[in-house]
Amino acid sequence: MDALLFLTFAGIAVLCAINLVLQTHPISSALSLVGVMGSLAVLYLLLGGAFIAAVQLIVYAGAVMVLFLFVIMLLNAQAERTTSKSAMRAWVSVPLLFTFVILLASLIIQRAPAGAAVKFGEFTGGSVANVGRALFTTYLLPFEVTSILILIAILGAVVLARKEI
Amino acid sequence: MPPELTQLLPASVPLSWYLVLSAILFSLGIAGFLFRRNIITVFMSIELMLNAVNLTFVAFSYHLKQVDGHIFSFFVMVVAAAEAAVGLAIILTVFKNRATLEIDEVSSMKL
Amino acid sequence: MHQLWLIPAFPLIGFLINGIAGRRMSKTAVNVAAIGSVLLSFLWVLKVLAGLGSLEDAYIERYFTWIQSGIVDVSFDFAVDRLSAVMLLVVTGIGLLIHIYATGYMSHEGGYYRFFAYMNLFMFFMLTLVLAANFLVLFVGWEGVGLCSYLLIGFYFHKKSAGDAGKKAFVVNRIGDFGFSLAMFLILVTFGSLDFARVFEKVGPMAVEHQAGVITLICLLLLVGATGKSAQLPLYVWLPDAMEGPTPVSALIHAATMVTAGVYMVARSAPLFNHAPIALEVVAIVGLLTAVMAATIGLTQYDIKKVFAYSTVSQLGYMFLGLGVGAYDAGIFHVMTHAFFKALLFLGAGSVIHALAGEQDLRMMGGLRKKIPVTFLTLFCAAIAIAGVPPFSGFMSKDAILLAAHHHHPWMYWVGVVTAGMTAFYVFRAIFMCFFGTYRGTAHPHESPLSMTGPLAVLALLSLGGGYLDVPHYLAPMFGGEHAPHETSLVVISVLAGAAGILLALLFYVIKPGLADALSRLAGKLYTLIYNKYFVDELYDAVIVHPTRDGSRALLWKGFDLGIIDGVVNGAGSLARTIGGGLRHMQSGYIRRYAAWVVVGAIVLLAAAAGMGGAR
Repeated sequence: MDALLFLTFAGIAVLCAINLVLQTHPISSALSLVGVMGSLAVLYLLLGGAFIAAVQLIVYAGAVMVLFLFVIMLLNAQAERTTSKSAMRAWVSVPLLFTFVILLASLIIQRAPAGAAVKFGEFTGGSVANVGRALFTTYLLPFEVTSILILIAILGAVVLARKEI
Repeated sequence: MPPELTQLLPASVPLSWYLVLSAILFSLGIAGFLFRRNIITVFMSIELMLNAVNLTFVAFSYHLKQVDGHIFSFFVMVVAAAEAAVGLAIILTVFKNRATLEIDEVSSMKL
Repeated sequence: MHQLWLIPAFPLIGFLINGIAGRRMSKTAVNVAAIGSVLLSFLWVLKVLAGLGSLEDAYIERYFTWIQSGIVDVSFDFAVDRLSAVMLLVVTGIGLLIHIYATGYMSHEGGYYRFFAYMNLFMFFMLTLVLAANFLVLFVGWEGVGLCSYLLIGFYFHKKSAGDAGKKAFVVNRIGDFGFSLAMFLILVTFGSLDFARVFEKVGPMAVEHQAGVITLICLLLLVGATGKSAQLPLYVWLPDAMEGPTPVSALIHAATMVTAGVYMVARSAPLFNHAPIALEVVAIVGLLTAVMAATIGLTQYDIKKVFAYSTVSQLGYMFLGLGVGAYDAGIFHVMTHAFFKALLFLGAGSVIHALAGEQDLRMMGGLRKKIPVTFLTLFCAAIAIAGVPPFSGFMSKDAILLAAHHHHPWMYWVGVVTAGMTAFYVFRAIFMCFFGTYRGTAHPHESPLSMTGPLAVLALLSLGGGYLDVPHYLAPMFGGEHAPHETSLVVISVLAGAAGILLALLFYVIKPGLADALSRLAGKLYTLIYNKYFVDELYDAVIVHPTRDGSRALLWKGFDLGIIDGVVNGAGSLARTIGGGLRHMQSGYIRRYAAWVVVGAIVLLAAAAGMGGAR
């Protein structure tokens, strides 16, 4: 059952990601990204991360992607036109990326902890209670610093989006 | 679900499958970065790479039976949200000034 | 804890105050910082010594590990034993007096704050040197006082001769320091430590080297260091030139304290030297030769400070003679008494120079007895002390050395006695030429202020009575060894030699003033030879300096520097330009091309990791 769920949602994630890369129109890419994020949320659940799965859906798939869609529509972005350079770039990049993936995967398989397996329900430490306790005890200072980061980001966005610049 | 299919598949998933999935998603993120010329799509590819990294955090958190990995991916999300806000503001500004979303037209970073 | 570190820390604070803010401070404030810091240091020494009592064993304070690497394990430690206690009192006490004197002497000079900043820095390094509990910390102080000496010799840097003298002192000292460094490396390799206590503990059970061995080599290298710092043959040439510095500097650094650092270091390493009789013999002979040679040069000089400078070299020779014959306690005793009377001689000379507005030539003085009576009286005290008139301090310490020398080798005693006679002669020659007869100069002499005469008076008392501080008895338990029996006849002979010297000077320069010139004409070539300091400077110039310079020019400059170094530098430049020209094409400005390069880099790293995978 676990394997079936994993393969299903991993497949969806990979297909959506490929679609993201292949689509020329940004709206299609954004919708594919939402698909990737949704399936990743399911995988998080399988790994026992209830809280993180919820945040993935609410913050990422919800808030951040909506922001992307807003900007795309605001700027009225059009589909890319193919240029003569595109083909040449593919000839260079695709072998490069394949090397990268194969090297990375071989390293993972070579070095991953032997016999480590994931079974749904064996780890439930990612509940809201556990994450909250860690956030407000061990990671209190980084958590508070994050608020400053977000404040700065808000200010930066406001300043950048003003008319004069 | 037919029982023979259940027996065909293993009951649990090796940890390395999650990691390899993460590697594939990461590479696809790079691919998006390298192939697409629209700044917004490029930006979304970066988000995809961040998501791939998050997956490894959560997977290792499961493996080590510790909550810390979740905290890390939580922080990654926070940073990603902040980055999205600032990044999209930058894209807006670039568009206002140059009336283009083509990443190759924004190339004044050279000598 | 007695907080030994405070002793050098006070002058360091004084240095920092004067060095950083001195330019904007009033002279009074500079004085307070400079003298106050040395006074605090002196008082702290007194408090520490009172608290430590009889000091039968060394008292050590460990602060922190300084260097730890392989077999090198050096910590920053200070220690006090009876030897360093004597040195501490001399350095801080004389230093305090000279600082007070300098406020008067330097009052009309430019760079007032700079002078006192350097003086305080010198005190800091000198106290570090004395307090050091291992060779490396001692070396820190050793180099530091060398630096301060250089800075202060060249204090009047707008005068070329002063700058040259500073450089000469620095370069000559460097030869000695090289020997000292080699000695330290050898000690580290041989004993595995630089800590005094541990090295001496390890050398204790080793056999005495009657044949030259590694300990002898160490001791000879240490001696090379000591000859540089303490102006012994063949490295004494820098000290007479060092008189270019202000007179308080000559008194403090080049007479009373720094130049005795070599003596202190040899006495400190006494357990090593005791195991190397050959090296000790060399120490004695070097000391004796230096004493004789410098004394003969002193006979003929006309610059009052040069006379005293050669006298210093000669007296340092005496100290080395004392060390070399195994009478370490007598050597250190002479360090102390010499600090009293030689500081007094220099300060008195400074007072004369101050009175005559900068005149240093003895031929331009004369008859000053009535005009500057305090200076005359105090200088006279110093003169009878150095001439060995009983029962004053110079007599006590010189006699201790001479008796030990007689016990070792009678001929050393006789040479020493002759030198003592010459010492008495040249010192009284200077006194008579300066204070008796008729005034030959043009300036209007005036007595110095109280800030100068006060220290002179204190030093005069010390010069007269300092011999009753029984330093040899206090130090004897540290060095052990046999003591020369007291032989009245030998004492009488040396006193007679001193008296003969004084009487001869009286005859030549007071009763029959023309006699000296007639005699010098009679001696002819010999006089010229001695007057020109045996042409040692010229000899060194011809034999060492010129070949080195010419060789450097031909080989190092034209061949090595222009050919290889410049070639390498220019080659590196053009190589970088070529590579950069190629790499510049990578900087296209296209973000995605940069990203592609990042991917290439990541692939290389991954490939490397995969390649090393088998090693896991």
